[in-house]
Order: sequence, then structure tokens, then C-alpha cells
Amino acid sequence: MRPSPNPCPGRPSRTALLCAFSAVLLSGCASFGYQPVQPYEREALASPLMVFLRDPISDKHFQHVFETREGARGATGIDGGGCGCN
Amino acid sequence: MMKQPLANAGRSRWQLLRETLTSRLAIWAPMLLMLVPGQRAGAATLPDERGDVLFHIYDGGGQKVLGPAVLIRKNFAEKFSVTAGYYVDEISGASIDVITNASPYHEERREITAGGEYLYRDTLARFSYTGSTENDFKATTYDFSISQDFFNNTSTITLGYTKGNDRIGRVDTPSFSAKANRANYSLSLAQVINPTLLGSLSYELSADDGYLQNPYRSARVLGAALPEIYPRTHTGQAVAARLIKSWSPHFSTRLEGRYYFDTWGIKAFNVGVGASGYIYHDWILDGNYRFYSQKSASFYSDNFLRPLNFIARDKELATFTTHTVGAKLTVPLLREKFGFLSRVNASFSAEYILLDYKNFTDLRNGRPYSFNAAVGQLFLTAYY
Repeated sequence: MRPSPNPCPGRPSRTALLCAFSAVLLSGCASFGYQPVQPYEREALASPLMVFLRDPISDKHFQHVFETREGARGATGIDGGGCGCN
Repeated sequence: MMKQPLANAGRSRWQLLRETLTSRLAIWAPMLLMLVPGQRAGAATLPDERGDVLFHIYDGGGQKVLGPAVLIRKNFAEKFSVTAGYYVDEISGASIDVITNASPYHEERREITAGGEYLYRDTLARFSYTGSTENDFKATTYDFSISQDFFNNTSTITLGYTKGNDRIGRVDTPSFSAKANRANYSLSLAQVINPTLLGSLSYELSADDGYLQNPYRSARVLGAALPEIYPRTHTGQAVAARLIKSWSPHFSTRLEGRYYFDTWGIKAFNVGVGASGYIYHDWILDGNYRFYSQKSASFYSDNFLRPLNFIARDKELATFTTHTVGAKLTVPLLREKFGFLSRVNASFSAEYILLDYKNFTDLRNGRPYSFNAAVGQLFLTAYY
């Protein structure tokens, strides 16, 4: 049985996308030569300096300042509520 | 030398390019992913038990916003965590919109937050409620997310859903009432890349419908002020990547970037760098710089030449850039256990923002508008 031709010649095929997606999913494993970091190797990661959002109340306020003045929003990792501040 | 051209005979240049890119993508996608994070990577744990009391102030563009905020977290039975928060914005003065459209005002926004988290093995489920009230605006937001650790706790995937409902009014027209519905869907991956490097990759889709504009603001059509008209739907997408690197036990650096686009034609990106370090024993000093750039919405104009179906002159939808520099100093006040407290920190944080608009005119002088703003925070954090 012939494989179905790519219906959108200008775009990557479904197989290519599936391969890329699988590769992305597997990227957290030990494949591609990547060795997972062991628990005893995480001393540096436990430092307070290694946190993206250290003070939630402070981070939320700064995000609020930006969101009320900029058109872009989302993907910040900080919850927000509705606001009529614009 | 001739083998490759023969093998490729009969294929178009586009097919060859596509195959090359596809094969490269399969190799580079996971490697790129190792370079990117979420907000949490490592063994699933409940957040720290802490209480924060903060005072914040914003001063810029003729507007002053200040107020207190409180956030408390308490854990139970090593499985549950509850959060409660209260936040106030006291707004006074007159922004450029107000100066050119209406009279100065004073208003107050009060926000309450309540939430809980449940930890089960490597899974963390989280729920929160946020209610925000102003004299002409009321918003209710429910947020739900679930995180799962994988691969010996080196990867964390988080799925999130947020549902919000806004009710908009006008202080000068009590009979005016409008609604807006908001929904957000998010997916993020946090990754421990190596013993000194964390990364995260986040995606968020927002879908809003209803009355999405400000009822007071006007657009300009041939110099005349007309009420703004926004589309009643809005879909935006944002993707962000962050990295944080430890260079020594006393110093780390951060790098982040985000790209955003939406159905209103806004395209924006921001990049940021930061550094954190211990100074003077255990005091922590953070410094950061952020650059933001935005292209205006398709229905935005400084001055329309004719009336259109959708018209807006909100500077938030204009073309502009933002530069932000900031610093934060955290000073331990209590280092040893005292009563139920394990430690207490005092923090002072300040940011200076420069906003420079390309197609928003200051009607007072006819020049492109720009302004500076200063943001300050002073807060106490108690861990228990």
C-alpha cells in the first residue's frame, strides 16, 4: 500500500513532525548522550540563587506592572487575575 | 563528488531543503530543548511555608499606584498546602489617556487570592481563586494546574488552565454593564540540564471574548475623538524560554526570552538577563535588565483617516519599546529559629522603566510620547 502523499507539499510531512515530536519527548531521557543529573549532583541547584521566581508576591507585582502597559502576556509562570487597569 | 547530485536527481530543491531541515530538526530539537526550563525542576515538593508583607509603589507617566500586599502559605501533613493573599492598588493622578480624554481620578483595586496544592508522589496539583474588585470593574479568575516529574526528577511538565470572567462598568453611567470571558491554556517543561544549569520552556494560549476594551478611552478619526471599537474576540500565543546557571556557590546568572503574537496583529518579544550573588555574608543582591519590543495592533492608529469597523488608540496596542533595569537586595534579619519562625528576610526591590512610543503622539506637544517610571517594593518574608 502506498503511503499517502503529503497533502501540503509546502509543509513538513506528518511523519517528519511525529519524528521531531518523539525526539523532543525523548530529550529528557538518557538518549542523545545526555546523562541525567543524579540527586547527589544537585547541591548547586538547591541554592536560593537558582530559582526563577524566588519571591512570588514581588514577582506577581512586577508582572502586573508590565501586563498593564504591554500588549503581550502569558508564558511567565506567574498567575494573574483580571484587571481593568489598562 | 558526483554521488550526491546523482542521488538527488529528480528531486526539487525544495524537497532537498525540506529533507535536510527535517533531519537537522530531529537532531537539534532535543538539544535545543536541553537548553530551555518551567518554573520548577527537581523532586516534587510543596512550596516553602512563608508569609510575605509587601508595600509597593509605581510612579510614572503622571500616575501613581501604591498599596500593600500580603501572601501566606501553610503546609499540612506534607501533602497539602494552602495559600491566601491580599493585594491593594491605590491609583491616583492622570495618565496621558486621562489628560487627553477625561479628568484625573482616584480609585482603588482590591484583590484576594486563595488556593491550595496537593502533592502525591511526583505529582503536584494546584488550584487557586482570584477575585479583583474596582468601582467599575470586577474580575473572577480560577486557575488549575498539574505538574508531573519525570526521569529521576530531572524533568517537570506542567499543564495549566485558567478561566476568568470580567464585568465592566462605567462610573459615570451606572446602567452600563458589559462582560468578558477569558481562558488560558499553558504547557511548560522544566529541565535540569546539568548540575549547574536549569532551563524551562513555556507555551501559553489565551482566548478572550466579549467586551475587551476600555469604556472610557477614545480613538482619533481625522483629529476628532470617537469611542474605541475593539473586536469581540482575541486569541494570543506566547512561548518563552529561560535559563539559569550557577557559576559558583555565590553567583548565578539568568537569561530569558519570550515571543508573543495574537489575532489583533500584535507581535512582541522580550529578552532579559540577570545575575544574583551573595554579598556581605548571606545578603543577596540581584540585578536585571529587560528589553521589550512590540508592533502595533492592526486596528490601532494614532489618527485614523476614516472611520473603520475597529478603531483603537490605546498606547498598550501601539508600536513601542521598553527598557527596564532593576535591582533587589535581600537582607536576613533572623537567621536562627525563634519561636515558630525559622528565619526572616527584609527585601528592597526597585526597577526603572523607560517606555518609548513610535506611533502614539503626545497631544500636548505633537511629539511621539515617551515616559519613565519607577517601581519600588519593600517587603518582609518570614519562614516558619
